[in-house]
Amino acid sequence: MSTTTTPVLGHPHSIHPPGVFTAAWVIAGRTVGSWREQLATVVITWLFPVFVTVLFLGLFGGALRVPEGTAYVDFLVPGMLAVTMLFGLETTTLSAAADSALGINDRFRTFPIHSAAIVLGRCLADMLSSLVGLTVMVAFGFLLGWRVPDLSPGSASAALALLLLLRFALLWIGLYVGYGAKSVASVAYVQILVWPLAFFSSVFVNPATMPAWLGAVAEFSPVSATASTVRGLLGGTSWPNVGIGGEFAPVLAVAWPVLLTVVFLPLAARRFRDGAVDRRD
Amino acid sequence: MVAIEAEHVGKSYRTEGGDVGLHDLSVQAEAGTVLALLGPNGAGKSTAVRGLSTLLSFDRGRARVAGHDIRTQAREVRERIALVGQSAAVDDQLTATQNLVLFGRLRGMGRADARARASQLLDQFGLSEADARAVRGFSGGMRRRLDVAASMLVRPEVLFVDEPTTGLDPMARRDLWQILRSMVREGTTILLTTQYLEEADALADHVILLGHGEVIAEGSPDRLKSMVGPPVIQLVFETGAQADLALSAIGRTVKGAVLRDLRTVAVDANHTDVLARCLEALRDVSASPIEVSMGKPSLDDAFMRLTGHQTDAPEEEA
Repeated sequence: MSTTTTPVLGHPHSIHPPGVFTAAWVIAGRTVGSWREQLATVVITWLFPVFVTVLFLGLFGGALRVPEGTAYVDFLVPGMLAVTMLFGLETTTLSAAADSALGINDRFRTFPIHSAAIVLGRCLADMLSSLVGLTVMVAFGFLLGWRVPDLSPGSASAALALLLLLRFALLWIGLYVGYGAKSVASVAYVQILVWPLAFFSSVFVNPATMPAWLGAVAEFSPVSATASTVRGLLGGTSWPNVGIGGEFAPVLAVAWPVLLTVVFLPLAARRFRDGAVDRRD
Repeated sequence: MVAIEAEHVGKSYRTEGGDVGLHDLSVQAEAGTVLALLGPNGAGKSTAVRGLSTLLSFDRGRARVAGHDIRTQAREVRERIALVGQSAAVDDQLTATQNLVLFGRLRGMGRADARARASQLLDQFGLSEADARAVRGFSGGMRRRLDVAASMLVRPEVLFVDEPTTGLDPMARRDLWQILRSMVREGTTILLTTQYLEEADALADHVILLGHGEVIAEGSPDRLKSMVGPPVIQLVFETGAQADLALSAIGRTVKGAVLRDLRTVAVDANHTDVLARCLEALRDVSASPIEVSMGKPSLDDAFMRLTGHQTDAPEEEA
């Protein structure tokens, strides 16, 4: 720039700051707008659960024993819908960390907007991203041979609601971890940590085939609870020899997300509010 | 009119190393002036800025910014201030225009108004050619300019700038100074923090030197410079033994010679003939320095002289 440039100052008249929902909408729009700029990354995020599904179908489709009259794909795809929600945890954690570490949250917080709008905007954007991911997974699931016999709108809606409920709960864990991060790199471990959560569940194999203790842990996991319930709602059969965790899957599919939200929402909100405390001079 | 007024504000953080933060700061800045908080890392500068810009609440004291109490009227304060933080807080994934439109809309502008204002600002900040490019490809200086532009979407009565030029090259630094000066000419009050004496000197009407959360000295840049003292001569030797020898030789003829590190002797150049006398003393003991320099006192020198302590934290590389 030329050094003779004199910046003209802004509008001298007072401007009315936006309300909480308008501000949240604008902030969510920022993330959606950035999808265009990083299309490849976003599309890979949406397609990633499909890659995993194809991989497991290819690897284990022939090797795993499933009850007669069913196909592995009918077990795997509904489970992968829950895993798609789990993968959303990475997106939330990494973007919350970036906003926190780069000072973007701080800039927002010096604006005359309600600070809840900043968190709400992130929620809206991430839920939308996961909804797109879910749609992609369902579409490719059908292409891969997944069949849903006698699907009723009621059970489809219930399945969708449970999946989004899980995503909503994971959102607060992601925000809690991300808002406390000093840099994006410092929370990259989340990308690895989601894998054991995905594998030690009823998504890929029958927990009854795991060592007893691990099978029990796997059956009681939030991912299993949602996966098994969604599988049931979408006309699939459950794994044979289901344990007590599997019996109570529908209860756990609601209880887990509610519990996680009750614990992590206030923690995330507090970290957001006190974000400054972590960064001293 | 007083734009920034703080009385005994402070905030403490408990760490393993004891209490850190800002212990006691009182400031008063008239509208349209620049107040600089000068100090090394960990001096409490950012805590002061973050508190006054409503990002954190002070444990004690009271403050008014742009005529409003920061605790009870935070929203009114936020309508009148802008913050340029330590890292250029712009979204890497968005273009320059998208960033400014986003911030403009959160300030309450309509989409069309925000667009118009964004294009005006990009033009003024020499970024109009990069308006449609994602910010991730920007240089440090360009990011900083966009960052400052974002703080000017709506004219702030008070602008907080936290270490604006750390990490910028000299050219970008000078550009930024120019921008800040013109904002002040238009009536904005600026509170800036810096680790550079030179920056405080170039921009500020009033400087507060902070160390360990306490005010060490304050006044106009000229007053501070006179408190900090004369220029410093630095003599670097090949070995520590030679430096010791040189120190005792110089110490016999001039006052104020100290060993800065193992191989470096620093001497206050408070008379015009100090350099000549030093070199004469060195010739007598046949100690020849491998490097001789004379310059303005650094922040380290200022600290040394005003507090008798070195700064704890190393100065960040610029």
